[in-house]
Amino acid sequence: MSTEKQQEHLKRHIDETEDMQPDVENGEMDEAFVEDLDSLLDEIDEILEEDSQEFVESYIQRGGQ
Amino acid sequence: MEIPIIMGTETEYGISVKNAREQDPVAASTLVVNAYKSCRDDIPSTATAVTWDYDQERPLMDARGFMAEAETPISETDTSSAVNDILINGGRYYVDHAHPEYCTPECANARDLLLYEKAGELILEVSRVAAERLLLDNQEIIIYKNNTDYKGHSYGAHENFLMSRKVPFDAIVDGLMPFLVTRIIITGSGKVGTENGSEEADYQISQRADFFEKEVGLSTMVNRPLINTRDEPHADDKLYRRLHVIVGDSNMSELSIYLKVGITSIALQLIEKGVVGKQFTLKEPVAAIKSISRDLSCKEPIELADGQQLSPIEVQRAYLKLAQQYLTPEERTPIVEDVLEKWQYVLDNLEIDPRRLSRHLDWIIKKKLLDAYRQRHGYEWDDAHLRMMDLQYHDIRPDKGLYIRLLKNGHVQRLLNHEEIVHAMHYPPVDTRAYFRGTCLRRFQKHIYSASWNSMIFIGKSGGLDKIMMDRPHFGTQKVVGELLNNCTAEELIKKIRGNASR
Repeated sequence: MSTEKQQEHLKRHIDETEDMQPDVENGEMDEAFVEDLDSLLDEIDEILEEDSQEFVESYIQRGGQ
Repeated sequence: MEIPIIMGTETEYGISVKNAREQDPVAASTLVVNAYKSCRDDIPSTATAVTWDYDQERPLMDARGFMAEAETPISETDTSSAVNDILINGGRYYVDHAHPEYCTPECANARDLLLYEKAGELILEVSRVAAERLLLDNQEIIIYKNNTDYKGHSYGAHENFLMSRKVPFDAIVDGLMPFLVTRIIITGSGKVGTENGSEEADYQISQRADFFEKEVGLSTMVNRPLINTRDEPHADDKLYRRLHVIVGDSNMSELSIYLKVGITSIALQLIEKGVVGKQFTLKEPVAAIKSISRDLSCKEPIELADGQQLSPIEVQRAYLKLAQQYLTPEERTPIVEDVLEKWQYVLDNLEIDPRRLSRHLDWIIKKKLLDAYRQRHGYEWDDAHLRMMDLQYHDIRPDKGLYIRLLKNGHVQRLLNHEEIVHAMHYPPVDTRAYFRGTCLRRFQKHIYSASWNSMIFIGKSGGLDKIMMDRPHFGTQKVVGELLNNCTAEELIKKIRGNASR
């Protein structure tokens, strides 16, 4: 298959898969996410553990399996 | 196929107590696991605690046919092994080393396994909340479903697959190694930075890739092998082996979990059929998993033993193609069909642009969030805030966990609904022996002395013990024993089973 045909085949298959929507079309992020992004990042500002530096340094686990 | 599909996962969670004077992960894990017993309303709390039947455990049996010397610390003798809960959903919840660990019940398909793994996250969260009430007001218990502390300590997410004893272990190694090494492009959870002395990177696909140091071996804790040889089927060992896959990441994304177990069980079917041999054998698998983990395009070729150069996408496509070609119509159940479709979907999209899957696969979802946050604050990759976000993506608290926030806001692909996950906390799958185990625990707990994956010990009328072996994991289903279990007493059940056995 030529690359062009292959891409066409890929696209067709993707469109046929129900309930699965690609997030990025032509390199752009999906609109719903972009719209929510600011409030989401605000939220992260709020809920991210305070003093990340200290927390990350003190998070030490014993190795498991 | 000769051997029915039976599979399960075990997840070790990271644990930390905020504002504790000193970290004691064993005590914290014990507190959490024990708290679950006290907060359940489905089993009378006065009932005798059911213990785990360790007689059935042989963790040092090697798949290559010998019994090994201990090369890793074994927990079974220390006090933490006393903390053990057999769940009415058929799973197991206990303290392993210094981590709370949840094992799903045996499942017969990928969707059920996803469901029961997700039920485990809720079980951990319910018990975390209950345990936190016992601590000082300013203390918080934090639990992460991830695999690393970024300081070279890793804890595992293992998958288990029942296989026919007839398949030579060498054939499994040959057929599975290239598959496991390349599947991280689908199953990786993403990690900021690197550790364990491996080559540096800002961000990589897999949490665990840095920790694998050899190709095949028994150990799971030091000098970890890509293919683990533990051979402990918890079933009739003349018929079965249990393949213990230790190379996977802990996933949050439902699609990542679903595909991880779905495509791996399909790959194993292909190996059992003998259609995957040495055709994909990699030249250097240990180096390959590390370089694939660092290639966010998923397109850089890796070298096969025969000199061919294939990208991880191409290797995965080759397995997919064999599955489409060789699975029989009976094997292509609706769920297997769906797994094949979604497998193709993610490979197609990875090939066009991995960012197309930023609602679907953990490593891409996480990367999208990190990129956006980096841009907002101008952070470099080594900034502690990004590592914090990486950890918090795996936080199981609904108000703190970043993955859970994305899920609630509709930014990740869902395959399950919440009600069925809650149901799976309390009821076993119906089509494996987990049904027998879970239903017996629900109905007859006072009469049960101990249990394990393949045994249940009942307390007899005269105080003696009656052991029932469950050596066929696909027996004990609702179809076979449902009516019996729901219409008899514990004594009648024993009598009936004994009667059948002696005939």
